[in-house]
Amino acid sequence: MSKPNKLILERYVPYILIAPALAYLLFFIGYPLAQAIVLAFIKEGGFTLENINYLLYSPSSKFFEALYFTLLLALVVIPIQVAIALGLATLLNIKFRGRNAALYIIILPLTISDVAAGLIWYTLLSPNGFFNKLLMNLGVISEPIYFFGYQYRHMEFLAIVLTEIWRATAIVFVILFAGLQLVSGELIEAAEVFGANAWQRLKYIIFPLLKPSLQAALIIRTLFAFQVFGVVWTLAGRDIPVLAGEAYYEQVELRHTGVAAIYALVIAAMSVALGYLYIKMFRAKYLEAGT
Amino acid sequence: MVDVHLRGITKRFGRTVAVDGIDLDVNDGEFIVLLGPSGCGKTTTLRIIAGLEKPDRGRVFFGNKDVTYLPPRERYVSMVFQSYAVWPHMTVFDNIAFPLKIKGLPKDEIVCKVKWAAELLQIGDLLNRYPHQLSGGQRQRVAVARAIVVEPNVLLMDEPLSNLDALLRVRMRSELKKLQRKIKVTTIYVTHDQVEAMTMGDRIAVMNAGKIMQVGTPEEIYNKPQNIFVAGFVGTPQMNFFDATISISPKEVALDAGDFKISLEPRFTELLKGFEGKSVTVGIRPEHIHPSKYVALSEGRYSLVKGTVDFVEALGSDTIVHVNVGSRILVMKLSGSHHFKLGSDIEIALDLDKLHIFRKDSGKAII
Amino acid sequence: MMGVGLSMEARPSPVKYLLLRVLIYALVSIAVLWVLTPFAISIMYAFVDPKQYYSKSVIIPALYTLDHVRKLLALGAYSAIINSVIVAVLTIVFSFALGLPAGYAFARYTFRGKDSLKLLIISLRMFPIIVIAVPLVTLYIRIGLSDSPLGVALAHTAMALPFVVLITSSIFAGIPKDLEEAGLIFGLSRAGVFLRITMPLALPGLAAAAIFTFIMSWNEVFIASVLTLTNRTLPAFILTSAMAATDFIKFAASFIMVLPAMIFVFIARKYLITMWGITLR
Repeated sequence: MSKPNKLILERYVPYILIAPALAYLLFFIGYPLAQAIVLAFIKEGGFTLENINYLLYSPSSKFFEALYFTLLLALVVIPIQVAIALGLATLLNIKFRGRNAALYIIILPLTISDVAAGLIWYTLLSPNGFFNKLLMNLGVISEPIYFFGYQYRHMEFLAIVLTEIWRATAIVFVILFAGLQLVSGELIEAAEVFGANAWQRLKYIIFPLLKPSLQAALIIRTLFAFQVFGVVWTLAGRDIPVLAGEAYYEQVELRHTGVAAIYALVIAAMSVALGYLYIKMFRAKYLEAGT
Repeated sequence: MVDVHLRGITKRFGRTVAVDGIDLDVNDGEFIVLLGPSGCGKTTTLRIIAGLEKPDRGRVFFGNKDVTYLPPRERYVSMVFQSYAVWPHMTVFDNIAFPLKIKGLPKDEIVCKVKWAAELLQIGDLLNRYPHQLSGGQRQRVAVARAIVVEPNVLLMDEPLSNLDALLRVRMRSELKKLQRKIKVTTIYVTHDQVEAMTMGDRIAVMNAGKIMQVGTPEEIYNKPQNIFVAGFVGTPQMNFFDATISISPKEVALDAGDFKISLEPRFTELLKGFEGKSVTVGIRPEHIHPSKYVALSEGRYSLVKGTVDFVEALGSDTIVHVNVGSRILVMKLSGSHHFKLGSDIEIALDLDKLHIFRKDSGKAII
Repeated sequence: MMGVGLSMEARPSPVKYLLLRVLIYALVSIAVLWVLTPFAISIMYAFVDPKQYYSKSVIIPALYTLDHVRKLLALGAYSAIINSVIVAVLTIVFSFALGLPAGYAFARYTFRGKDSLKLLIISLRMFPIIVIAVPLVTLYIRIGLSDSPLGVALAHTAMALPFVVLITSSIFAGIPKDLEEAGLIFGLSRAGVFLRITMPLALPGLAAAAIFTFIMSWNEVFIASVLTLTNRTLPAFILTSAMAATDFIKFAASFIMVLPAMIFVFIARKYLITMWGITLR
């Protein structure tokens, strides 16, 4: 007598459970991607370079600026965030009174939308905002510092940088903090017993063990940085073009669906390339970490 | 209340063969222990009997019924898990009552039975508590109460005492055994602790690497081991093993161990025929070696060996002496406290009635 | 365990120890203030009396008014909030309906291709989901879902699904397997075990995951802005309408966007750090 049919069917249960989710994801990501290519390169049944030409050559297209600012923003903001997050993670790793409260407060920016973050910093940096009023009343400045408006583009960039650091450092922090928790206290104590001081412990034990988390944090933060939108749009509109912002503008305001699709594809391509690099380099460690 | 039969049970996990063609018969109402080192397949066998795993080959019978592919709840087994598996979101009462509730018993009957089981396990006053409010030992009792409350066909226990501290473990050993005698349920008990097995089991099945090495009463396992694994696994300190070559002559049968020689009576010639000139493994338990001074040499059959005292372990109730006999150490166990000077000469007597001889190729016992 | 700098054994001199403590508290206070001040200021300004706002000498206003919030709600924020709630709730329903079974499968079963499938889900998590917004517009026009909360919810579900799969998988894996096996032994079927043993124990974690999903959908701005015109969600509404309005409207807008998130986060705070750590890894 061989195994009853019920038992044989049991093998397929996990696949049946996963299939709907997988199918949904593949459809909602695969189809739009394919559709994006169609929108970008096909017009009235034929292949067209019209959208690409608009993107690259039209004077009203801000593609190269958008690419530039997206990458510049990432380049400026991410290192600062990593440094601050690293410091915060080591600091919060020490158990002091009120640590848990401090922890919850520090991750608060993670819970709000980037549009909200932009608006919040607008209240701080607007001509009648808190920052200006404070400085004027302290006598440091006599005229408000203008952060917004096309003629103050460099200030707008500064405002965006400040807001992004305030908003997104927590993303890096959370990953590093979780990673730090995994570094066994005993490993650090052993180093202490064998004579290492705080700096040496940091350098030779903690930092190497934290590397996987650092790599993960960097990759994830960079992926998000390619999609930066809300903060830039609320604080600077199109004064500081970014890839996602231009995609939005072309689609919603100008109805250039094909052009918007190309922006989407550019962001997708950059992300996939980065993701591929990451998985290729760190895949084994990733699975070991046991998500 | 049933008897359990396993026929040719085999189970693989990937490339590893966890259980390799096992046959076992458990009698109705018997307390049988599956004993063996970790990885020997005892827990897998238990889980196959429970229905938590399905074997790749072979059959499981409860009485005459083939239950091999039945889900656990259709087999009417109960199980005490190593981690107790007491549900944290239910009170003690609900935990114990659960199997009865599932069966659809009327409420007052449930209360009655739960109280009975709780009293037996002496946790009657804990019924309203939650598991996190109990100690490990109390949680274990909840697990046992839950297992017996439904009066199952077979009671399965997977190392239930291993997470308890030593004192509690000893107490629970006798309590569980008495409990089983009282309710007379067929019980299959898994452990790696040979003391548990010897004190609790009606019979013991010693397992190694997925196979059953021997099934027998504790007395049989201890005094008549059928192979070298069983002989070495049960008994503390471990049985002494040494190699010897057999020489058979009309006058005597001798075991030549190099450093010393053991003369056996001619009656052993029959048994050892065919091993002439071959090397075998000889085994003798530490308690069957005595200082020759303490022994009435005429009243038994002994072989005398000279050696020096290498190491002494004074346990209070026993004294364990490691004796250096040339290239080997023989361990001797005496009851009581005795004093031996390290390095001093000593002559020991090996009790030839308690000798075991094993084949070198298969480990099977010849004597 | 005392982290990096301190240990009870190698405790430096009392003065040094005190200084170190002071330094730690100082740094932490700076960090906390850095995070909290913008929140505090923006909340205050959402209710600030206009005269005080424009008065150059008043830094921290003393007079407050509900006018700004009221105006904003009247402008259309009220229906935008309703839309956001509908979208978020639908997102939770869809993503959990699809993702929970998958999470359970990853947690409890071993099967061929498990690692690859998990890797696929993780990669999809890292995919820039905003990219699907533009192509979806054309699709939605064709099938009549354009400018609808349902359409946005479907897109948000795609965004939330990898997270839900991974987090439910982690939650289920955290429930000891033998609790489920005991259920099987003592009379339950597999489905029964899932309903009566697994789910009650998983509920707290699942509730926190649901809250996190709500917040994800509530905060999402790009997809919502692209996919809707008249039935905007709150972030989309604010992005378009409120941006052209007065400063006060903007302040009120930031307040109502931030409020639900802060409430929910306070409720689910214990789970959040573990959850974020898991999902973002």
